[in-house]
Amino acid sequence: MRLIDKTPKVSRRTLLKTGSVTAAAAAMAPAAVMTGKAWAAAPVAVSADEFATLVKMARDIYPHDKLGDQYYSKVIEGLDSAAKDDAAAKTMLKDGVAALDDAAIGMKYGSYNQVPSEDERVAILQSMETTPFFQKIRGTLITGIYNNKDLWPMFGYEGESASKGGYINRGFNDIDWLGQG
Amino acid sequence: MATFDLNDAGVVVVVGSGAGGGTLSNELAQKGIKVVCLEAGGRHETEDFQNDEWGSFVQISWLDKRTTSGSWRVAKDFSGLPAWIVKAVGGSTTHWAGASLRFQEHEFKVKTVYGDIPGANLLDWPITLAEMEPYYDKAEFKMGTTRTNGIPGLPGSNNFKVLEAGAKKLGYKEVHTGRMSINSEPRDGRGSCQQIGFCFQGCKSGAKWSTLVAEIPKGEATGNLEVRPNSQVLKIEHDASGKVTGVVYADKDGNQHSQKARLVCVAGNTIESPRLLLNSASSKFPDGLANSSGQVGKNYMRHTTGSVYAIFQKPVHMYRGTTMAGIVQDEAGNNPSRGFVGGYELETLSIGLPFMAAFLNPGEWGRNFAGAMDAYDHMAGLWIVGEDMPQETNRVSLHATEKDQYGMPVPNVNFDDHANDSAMREHAYKQGSAVYDAVGALKTFHTPPYPSTHNLGTNRMSENARDGVVNKHGQTHDITNLFISDGSQFTTGGAENPTLTIVALAIRQADYIAGEMAKNNI
Repeated sequence: MRLIDKTPKVSRRTLLKTGSVTAAAAAMAPAAVMTGKAWAAAPVAVSADEFATLVKMARDIYPHDKLGDQYYSKVIEGLDSAAKDDAAAKTMLKDGVAALDDAAIGMKYGSYNQVPSEDERVAILQSMETTPFFQKIRGTLITGIYNNKDLWPMFGYEGESASKGGYINRGFNDIDWLGQG
Repeated sequence: MATFDLNDAGVVVVVGSGAGGGTLSNELAQKGIKVVCLEAGGRHETEDFQNDEWGSFVQISWLDKRTTSGSWRVAKDFSGLPAWIVKAVGGSTTHWAGASLRFQEHEFKVKTVYGDIPGANLLDWPITLAEMEPYYDKAEFKMGTTRTNGIPGLPGSNNFKVLEAGAKKLGYKEVHTGRMSINSEPRDGRGSCQQIGFCFQGCKSGAKWSTLVAEIPKGEATGNLEVRPNSQVLKIEHDASGKVTGVVYADKDGNQHSQKARLVCVAGNTIESPRLLLNSASSKFPDGLANSSGQVGKNYMRHTTGSVYAIFQKPVHMYRGTTMAGIVQDEAGNNPSRGFVGGYELETLSIGLPFMAAFLNPGEWGRNFAGAMDAYDHMAGLWIVGEDMPQETNRVSLHATEKDQYGMPVPNVNFDDHANDSAMREHAYKQGSAVYDAVGALKTFHTPPYPSTHNLGTNRMSENARDGVVNKHGQTHDITNLFISDGSQFTTGGAENPTLTIVALAIRQADYIAGEMAKNNI
């Protein structure tokens, strides 16, 4: 079968944006280094801490260990910049983060970002999953992550094919493992 | 290309340019009849289409305001999008996947065969398979349907090969790459399928039959057909005798025009067609046009659908190649011992990563969901298409307060599954999983129905005027020069993708209209 190289590609743009930290190194870096404004332009509506919390939340909603934080951060950047001149959107983000932190404090942690286990953070998210705040973040991620063409190769999806002549000579029928039990 | 005057009262106005309207327009034009086809959407040609799920969705989908109600899950997950259909020249034939199946004989007379099903508003069609066969022949020839007229089947994709291997292990016999109106070899001035894989987004090679590439250009070449895009019909007008006289439509700038007509054929798909009849209510017809039966908008059907996606140890790359060229037909017959009447088809289906995220299990999040998405390239998928029960309460009605950009009430679509629908879907989910389990699936997912692509029944055909909206020719029982020409005519839905039947009915209707016009009956 014609297989797809699913290893993350580090573009020049990504390198410039992230300094010398490669995506591969980032995957092994401690969480504290990866979150917040290390990955992003300075937030314009929320604080740096709030931004970091939203990035953590984004990863907890659609956790793909193969994806660096910059991809989640990019989605949050979009929400942050849209909230710059939209008071209601800004309030939703800030109040949402405050609610996450309150829930974490209720569990004896300092903030959502300091909750060490994903299971416990997910429990917090489950308690708020019907809120407009949660649904806004989740809905934005659905396209922000899965409709991000840069990420498609990492999921084994090739996208547009017409300009390459379709798949008629590129593996539409190349499955070779059926009948191997 | 012909253009006709707004005051030309000799033209036939066709509302909509999809499978019904686009085919009817061409058929009438070929017979020398002058046609103005008013299409609500814009004209996007083959080269304009996009291999991009969300980009294409925004380009061609019908996204005008609609509301939903009822217990169907679409009302919760996609409350403003009851149907996934198209607003563009070519209508939903730009989006359809090409599966072209004839109804089975019993599906034209289900009330007789199934008997009384509590809660179902069943009725026999006023036509039989034998009467339809010559028109199915013409439709298949016109559309170049594979496995008819000596046209070879399409080659099997990876997704098909998985389905085929599993189905055969399970003992299914009727398994093949489908009867598809997608060229498996060059035909009718169009090339053969390049296995591009974006059938739903508008075929970029032109291999797939659509009214956009196959019917409308031929009709236009006669000099008898004018297709007017960006022309949304708001109201059908009539005279004191009750005959229709023309339509009012809005152009792309919202300016309203009145087009006179000798007769009007409505083919706006199953939500817009009844909406237009209801929005055309007048002092003479206070309940809407052609609605003496009270059935306009009722008996909305959407097929009993659902998908099964399976994850395998090794890659499948299901998105490579024709979306729907694969079928298992063994469950399509009526076998009530399964616990339901009617039957269903299992057809290959693939969607890209962006739509998989939206549709696999709408609203789900967390590790399970992300894990499934991580295995996207190891997935195979199928779609269930089964007969659903018509129910009077499943209906398109006018919203009491919400208005569209032209000030017209928007349609609300109310839907609840019938117990028969649910029993069929559960059976199909189980069989679909068994197909994939037979070839080593690690996990299978039962995906809920997408926003409806097969929308049927809201102006149904009936022998008696009290039971339905149109007669066996799609002519409304109440108004002789008003016709319905789309899937809203369907008395019941059958287990088959509806386009072939819509096209066959349009060819048949064109013969009838030409005959009645020649006799000056209309």
